[in-house]
Amino acid sequence: MSIRHGLLALLERGQMYGYQLRAAFEESTGSTWPLNIGQVYTTLSRLERDGLVRPLPESEAGQRPYQITDAGRADLALWFATPVSRTDRPRDELAIKLALALTTPGVDVRSVVQAQRSATMRALQELTRLKYGSNRPEDLPWRLVLDSMVFQAEAEVRWLDHCETSLVRHQPSDQAPAPPRPGDADARAAARWAGEEARR
Amino acid sequence: MSGSDDAVLELRAVHRTHGVGPAAVHALRGVSLTVRPGELVAVMGPSGSGKSTLLALAGGLDRPTGGEVRVEGQPLGALDRRGLAQLRRRRIGYIFQQLNLLGSLSALENVALPLELDGTSGRRARALAMAALTEVGLPALGDRFPDQLSGGQQQRVAIARALVGERRLVLADEPTGALDSQTGEAVLHLLRRRIDAGAAGVLVTHEARHAGWADRVVFLRDGVLVDTTAPLGSVEQLLSGSDR
Repeated sequence: MSIRHGLLALLERGQMYGYQLRAAFEESTGSTWPLNIGQVYTTLSRLERDGLVRPLPESEAGQRPYQITDAGRADLALWFATPVSRTDRPRDELAIKLALALTTPGVDVRSVVQAQRSATMRALQELTRLKYGSNRPEDLPWRLVLDSMVFQAEAEVRWLDHCETSLVRHQPSDQAPAPPRPGDADARAAARWAGEEARR
Repeated sequence: MSGSDDAVLELRAVHRTHGVGPAAVHALRGVSLTVRPGELVAVMGPSGSGKSTLLALAGGLDRPTGGEVRVEGQPLGALDRRGLAQLRRRRIGYIFQQLNLLGSLSALENVALPLELDGTSGRRARALAMAALTEVGLPALGDRFPDQLSGGQQQRVAIARALVGERRLVLADEPTGALDSQTGEAVLHLLRRRIDAGAAGVLVTHEARHAGWADRVVFLRDGVLVDTTAPLGSVEQLLSGSDR
């Protein structure tokens, strides 16, 4: 998500000036995405340049409110109508790490899996605690943001469980995996894949 | 993990082996676990790791082949069958995926039953049962029979039955079963509230989202506790995503 669409969505509620926008942005994302005021003003000036917002006269206190334009409304509607692409999201370092752990001699993959599962589980506990404390009806947007993180963490734990089961099936003994041979095409492909992922 | 005066549940180096000789199955191998008032411990692990065995031993439904289980300081091994049955009825609440509600009894009667079996007068048992049904949000449905209730409502009745009276130890095995995520969450919310009010709980689950409600999560693998997690209180770090 871009800050610009966040600000457009807030301005759709009504005109606001910079500090109000920053406060409303943090409130609606449950402070998961802290903004500094500089980012707000930079974004507003770009939105103004693109004709998506227009500045209104300054108030007596010297605050300049902004208003969304029709073009801004259209842009916002398009944003809401467009699904977020998975390829726009950051690469999953964990998947790469596990793939590398499997092909690196001397790494206890089950320990890597368990360490990650504990960390993710801990995060889930924290998130659940936050949710438990947010019961007011007006907390709903915030709870949904938390839920999104809860479901992602849950998916990660499920995937780690799956990895562990696969490891057990492939290695009945607790031996470390054999190091890849230099000529091993699969290993080369895996290394190339991991390298490409890491460069992105 | 040494003994503790205020522990509600204590497992001390508990072993449970089924069968003998080469065919023996070691369900638990030296598990120690202490659960204090106000604490909910989730037990996670793959199928066959010993989760349900642990819960059965904690609730006195099964006996260990080694080690000791104590509930409120009382070693379960020292109790005869009658003493054990009494302790189970009075001090321990069970929530299972199988609700085991009696179809011929109303919701209120189902909840009051363990108290009446234990000698509580009918009137007092019903008053306590009504309080428990109110706690789970079903004060108006006490007259209904199980088949007149939705799945979520039946589960709430089963929880009221587990929480009724003075139960200090609540044992739950996949308590949200096939409930949808909202209803399942409400169930965990209830459990959490009871624990916060001073009970102790053990929750066996394979759902990480449910284990998230616990103060501690322990991982079982092949009958051995391999890891424990508790929140660190680092919410800001978590939210900013800098923990990766």
